[in-house]
Amino acid sequence: MRCEETQELLSGYVDEALDRVRHREMAQHLDTCLQCARAYSTQQALRSALRTSALSWTPPVHLEKRVRSAVRRASRADTRAEGWGWLSEGWGWRWLSVGAGLAVIVLLVWQRLPVWTGPGAQESFLQEVVSSHVRSLMANHVTDVASSDQHTVKPWFEGKLPFAPPVPDMAAQGFPLVGGRLDYLGNRPVAALVYHRQQHFINLFLWPAPPDGDHGVTRHTRHGYHLISGTTADMTYWAVSNLNMRELQEFVSLVQQQAMAPSP
Amino acid sequence: MDTASQHARFEHTVLPHLPSAYNVARWLTRDDHDAEDVVQEAYLRAWKFFGGFSGGESRTWLLTIVRNTCYTWLHQNRAHELTVVFDEEIHSGASESANPETLLLHRANQQVLRDALEALPVAFREVVVLRELEGLSYKEIAAIADLPLGTVMSRLARARARLLEWLTTRLHTEV
Repeated sequence: MRCEETQELLSGYVDEALDRVRHREMAQHLDTCLQCARAYSTQQALRSALRTSALSWTPPVHLEKRVRSAVRRASRADTRAEGWGWLSEGWGWRWLSVGAGLAVIVLLVWQRLPVWTGPGAQESFLQEVVSSHVRSLMANHVTDVASSDQHTVKPWFEGKLPFAPPVPDMAAQGFPLVGGRLDYLGNRPVAALVYHRQQHFINLFLWPAPPDGDHGVTRHTRHGYHLISGTTADMTYWAVSNLNMRELQEFVSLVQQQAMAPSP
Repeated sequence: MDTASQHARFEHTVLPHLPSAYNVARWLTRDDHDAEDVVQEAYLRAWKFFGGFSGGESRTWLLTIVRNTCYTWLHQNRAHELTVVFDEEIHSGASESANPETLLLHRANQQVLRDALEALPVAFREVVVLRELEGLSYKEIAAIADLPLGTVMSRLARARARLLEWLTTRLHTEV
């Protein structure tokens, strides 16, 4: 694939709208071409900026009422045209009560709607983790301490956090360390360790697990990013990346093994 | 089906999409009041055609009507916006200018992004709004905007390139 061809395809690739063959060609090209990989991360940054900036307009509160009564008027006109709207008072009442009953149902559905679609606590935390990951890449602020040596990164956190995060060394398994960073998630300071695999960055957030912490592993996907969370060695961790889920799972398994092992 | 139950079905399936309808109308008209008028008109049209709605994706169905109502309104009130000649092609070499440092993008706050999106010609703006704000698939966008699938892809690519160009210029001059 030549770089000139990637222009239009890149946008489709970000949307995962390419057919399988072109998707694979594009993925291979991005692994080898730094310039296109850069254009790809720009496209991703634009996309998440658009999606996370609350750009949608919210209808004014009176609009629903206005639309509802306009439609009701039109529907009444239709009813009269059908010739039975006024035929009997009995039918009129029945219509009204059916209408009123359904209006109540619709109103209930309407009121419930934000509850169904609105982000719950879990959802907003997921968004927070993804945003933190994206921001670290966008702001060119991936690390505070850039080093592939765990013995440099681990001491750096000393005195900056009220806990000592494990810093697993997984370079041999294809996940070299990029560095560490202080971050803030869910109203607490956390350690962010950054690893990479090929073009993909992985943020590993760590903080002390609550005593009754949930030890289950969870997997999520939001806006094209994969997230895996769990607990290991008294630490809650969240790994987030646009790396595919399988490799991210491999990464997390290594974290689990390394964190449990006594530090060298 | 009699009118009363038809009306109830309408309120149940179509009315809940009001936020999407307003969002699309507001982005296409770029005015609060005009967007409200367009939405009301679109809902009346939707009611009129509701008998022919066979079920299926009611949001896509409604947004098609909203989009068409917007275009009718634009023809009547903002005809000059529709005559803007635009280029579906992505020029080679555009990549350099449309490739700002991701560093710059993080400074793009909500207002800057709104300005950027508003500055796009309507044919580009609508695909971005449908894709990024309404989260619709290429297929759904093709149905709503009455475009071939391939055109949806190229138009989105072009729209994004323009957004990046615009943001680069704006963010660089702000330094």
